[in-house]
Amino acid sequence: MSEIEGVRDVVAVGLLLAGSFLCLTAGLGLVRFHDVLTRMHAGTKPQVLGILLIMVGGAIRLEGWSATWMLLLVAVFQMLTAPVSAHMVSRVAYRRRHVRRDLLLVDELRTGEASDRLYRGDEPADAPPEDPARALVESRREDGDLPPG
Amino acid sequence: MNAVFYAAYLLLGGGALLTLVRLARGPSLLDRVVATDVLLVIISAGLAVHAALERDPTVVPVLVVVSLLAFVGSVSVARYIGGMLVSSTGDGQDVGLPLAAEERAARAAEGER
Repeated sequence: MSEIEGVRDVVAVGLLLAGSFLCLTAGLGLVRFHDVLTRMHAGTKPQVLGILLIMVGGAIRLEGWSATWMLLLVAVFQMLTAPVSAHMVSRVAYRRRHVRRDLLLVDELRTGEASDRLYRGDEPADAPPEDPARALVESRREDGDLPPG
Repeated sequence: MNAVFYAAYLLLGGGALLTLVRLARGPSLLDRVVATDVLLVIISAGLAVHAALERDPTVVPVLVVVSLLAFVGSVSVARYIGGMLVSSTGDGQDVGLPLAAEERAARAAEGER
């Protein structure tokens, strides 16, 4: 009943092992990372890719249309709901300041004096630096294209 | 059963144990929400792996229920925490939780004295 024979089973068990490995990486990331947002980054790996791999492996090995459709339904649910819940959790996490601001490279939601002063090349189009002309001069000065002062 | 099966269960169990560590330690409520979400995903992955390895499709309907429950749980807790927030007047960001009723009463008594 539970033996591995033929190429199909080898592929299926390989997919199952890959998905299980992603679950382990999620646990490692949850323990080792610093704040809520990075932990969410680690946690979404089995939520999308791991579940997809395991569902494909299960569909190959179960060999029945009813099981296949139900596994497909699970994968679709997961891909629909994971972004929504991640969005809500991360929004609340940012507002409650569960974010290590000192580890962030770009903080697009920051307001007031702490907003970006220089062009760094990865600004979103709708959130340029506060004073674009001065930011351009200052970032060129930072790069060494203009003399300081 | 052979070594491959044990390897899959070992990987899943290790992931679930580490997630439980974060669930117990997690400094904030949101860490625990994330950990619970991941734990439910690992549980459903474990059920699917069991079903696939044993060629036994009886637990497959349970997967649908578990995947929907994870969503409902994390969204409702996130909305619950979001509803408790108070926004500050200055920069429009939220300052945290409102004062508890006991603390407010204690501060009022302090002020009267």
